[in-house]
Amino acid sequence: MDGGLLEKEQIMQARILSVGLIVLMFSMVGCGRSETSPTQAQNSGGSDAINQLAADRGLTPDDVRAALMTYQPSGRLDDYIMFSSGGHSGQVFVIGMPSMRLLRSIAVFTPESWQGWGYGVGDEVLAGGDVNGKANRWGDTHHPALSETGGDYDGQWLFINDKANARIAVIDLRDFETKQIVKNPVAINDHGGAMVTPNTEYVIEGGQYATPLGWSYAPLEQYNQSYRGMVTLWKFDRKAGRIDPQRSFALELPPYWQDIFDAGKLASEGWIFGNSFNTELATGGIEKGNAPFEAGASQRDADYLHIINLKKAEQAYKDGKFDRVNGFAVISLKTCIDEGILFFAPEPKSPHGVDVAPKGEFIVVSGKLDPHVTIYSIDRIKQAIADQNWELEAYGVPVLDLDAVVEARVEVGLGPLHTQFDPHGYAYTSLFLDTQVARWTLGGAYSELHPEPAWTVAGKVRVHYNVGHIATAEGDTVSPDGKYLVSMNKWSVDRFFHPGPLFPQNFQLIDITEGGDKMQLLYDMPIGVGEPHYAQIIEAAKLKPWAIYPEVGWDPHTQQVRADAAKAGEERIERDGKTVHVYMTAVRSHFNPEHVEVNEGDHVVWSITNVERAEDATHGLAIPAYNINLSLEAGEAVTFEFDADQPGTFAFYCSEFCSALHLEMAGYLLVKPAEMAMSQ
Amino acid sequence: MHRGRYLLPTLLLTLAATLLLGSIFLPYWRMTLHAPQYPSGLQVQAYINRLEGDVHEIDGLNHYIGMRPLNEAATLERSLSGMMIAALALLTVGAVFIHSRWAMLLSLPAVLFPAGFLLDLYLWMAYFGHHLDPRAPLSSAIKPFTPPVIGQGNVGQFTTIAMPDVGLVLATVASAMILLGVWFHRRAYKPLFDQAFGQKVQSDE
Repeated sequence: MDGGLLEKEQIMQARILSVGLIVLMFSMVGCGRSETSPTQAQNSGGSDAINQLAADRGLTPDDVRAALMTYQPSGRLDDYIMFSSGGHSGQVFVIGMPSMRLLRSIAVFTPESWQGWGYGVGDEVLAGGDVNGKANRWGDTHHPALSETGGDYDGQWLFINDKANARIAVIDLRDFETKQIVKNPVAINDHGGAMVTPNTEYVIEGGQYATPLGWSYAPLEQYNQSYRGMVTLWKFDRKAGRIDPQRSFALELPPYWQDIFDAGKLASEGWIFGNSFNTELATGGIEKGNAPFEAGASQRDADYLHIINLKKAEQAYKDGKFDRVNGFAVISLKTCIDEGILFFAPEPKSPHGVDVAPKGEFIVVSGKLDPHVTIYSIDRIKQAIADQNWELEAYGVPVLDLDAVVEARVEVGLGPLHTQFDPHGYAYTSLFLDTQVARWTLGGAYSELHPEPAWTVAGKVRVHYNVGHIATAEGDTVSPDGKYLVSMNKWSVDRFFHPGPLFPQNFQLIDITEGGDKMQLLYDMPIGVGEPHYAQIIEAAKLKPWAIYPEVGWDPHTQQVRADAAKAGEERIERDGKTVHVYMTAVRSHFNPEHVEVNEGDHVVWSITNVERAEDATHGLAIPAYNINLSLEAGEAVTFEFDADQPGTFAFYCSEFCSALHLEMAGYLLVKPAEMAMSQ
Repeated sequence: MHRGRYLLPTLLLTLAATLLLGSIFLPYWRMTLHAPQYPSGLQVQAYINRLEGDVHEIDGLNHYIGMRPLNEAATLERSLSGMMIAALALLTVGAVFIHSRWAMLLSLPAVLFPAGFLLDLYLWMAYFGHHLDPRAPLSSAIKPFTPPVIGQGNVGQFTTIAMPDVGLVLATVASAMILLGVWFHRRAYKPLFDQAFGQKVQSDE
């Protein structure tokens, strides 16, 4: 029987104590601790049996090592937690490492019925992302960003963008629930979000496909004059746990398609860096005989690395040097140039990654159509700015001299896309076309951390297939942990049973603990619920999530007790004219009240509290025909409203299997037809 | 040596009274419940004036068998217990100053207190276990029972383990010290007492 040893020990203690009570009558004795002999592991046949098992299954020694590196016996928790974007599922995935077990899909931009998100809870958060009053109930999440203190993850907040509608969501890591969605008033889509500054002062959101600011109408013939790019600095109020749009601002940028951004740290703190493509200003139109975007936007050899002086941008905002677009503060391109906020440097074309090295002194850019990564130095950038070593481009932005700002180039392979770091002076870059991950050495202060010469490739590992982003443990912070790398592959082709023609994505776990060319593929994790982009990996010990809500009657949205929370012993139904307020509690295994009787045409306000205090004692409330399903975690209180516009008999029930009498946890909503109610 | 003869009982009785007073702030008894779905168990600790631990959860589970909420037990005892223990301690200290055999009677309540606590607990457990709500969901599956006050019991998938806690141990140590103290007290003062009053008795004869 489980826990039998524990129980026996306790019974022994009980006996010792009760015998002790009698003994104590005559003499004083010290309390002895009962000794348990260490249990000896059962010999399961030794290595012969294991070797036979491996041979039977056709496993190589490397396979066995991979299994031993990743297997978690039941009850053993993972060391790292990965927060992965959920792609166009609109959610965020929480995955334990190294086991690669999916622990949670956090509902963010898309309604999710298990969590009740959009079915009675979260509606006001979702509405924050409405576009001009129109509900857009899906999202394309790309880049999660954990909150940072001193450039290191602090485990408190998570931000993520929605590329489709240019929105940012705020997730509280006490309960892993979305607290806020903000719609960018300047741009209709984004890509360069979410990234945070080293103390989470700002959440960065860079745009992608240029439109007139505020996405007003302008014909494509006016592209150069009317269309613009942007980057937004959302001010995060950590105390309130919300982005404050009133203290946020955007920078107007030329209509190059901005891609991804990263915040400077340590040596480069106070700067932010971004990529762009389509500096050709192509407007497509394949059907009109024009070059399609894919060709038109790839003509020049170089695009522009965006170098932004955040301190000066902040000063310009504080000095009121901004206009308003849709009510939102925007610092004009002219001000950005005049105030020395914005600089460019040529970068390899069609870039994706712009990644700041752990000490902040190097910025690594990878252009998908150039086999090199290009490493820029913040010191060189500052020097070039001081020397005014630049030429002006078409919009008047200073373009720093390439040779003056580049520290090194490393030929890593075909299709370099995104770079991460480890504590041993190695950088890792995904190679989309080669479908590999390259490990290469950083120079400068990192040279002494690895045996290889600086700026050389140390090794490569094959991945399956078409890797996009990669993530190493805390690999974009000031103190990367290394250990694990996850390759987020777009195609899985032959790696899994394919459930029809829609294939899962493939997250591949790679061991990077050893240096040089030693990198071992450990595990394939299929993702069958969306196409993730970037992920961040945090040490599990840094997260301090609640197991139950701190007090009964808790509102997860405000993170305090609701004034109108239904309390145990005070359950009731009150009528005020045509409004009926239900105060209901849920506990294993009943709702109270169980009969809710209203009239057709009533407006129903329903407050329900899960009064449980046990971990994992979640209840649901499913009301058919009224499109309601709640997830009520222990202590949670929710108030939802609906118009009782459908007469009839509706059985509501607990939709989370809670107890042996779970099926009995049900009740009836009786909506009396209006004519019957009138005749009474 | 001669002073020690009188000091020892005073020390023992005063210390016993102090232990008794200290026990007010410590748990007297605890019960741990083990079940497969509660890997770290559930525990309730009984102080002389309150219950602590997973009372809410245990009450929630008990409603299935129709047991009353734990806090409905021993309300009178719990409301008086602080004053009562203070009084017992005072009586024990008082015994130091009474040099006759009445000192034994004064300290007797404190000596019996631990046994009284356990007896009261047992009676409440028996009452609760035999007054289950017949309309409870599992009323037909559970026969009336008395959960053990010390040791192991079983209800459904739960194994309960009850044992005295540190407060009761202190109170018991205090009992032992009082017995010893009174014995030394009598040994020290009986001769004096007999000398003072015994001669008088003799002279009366």
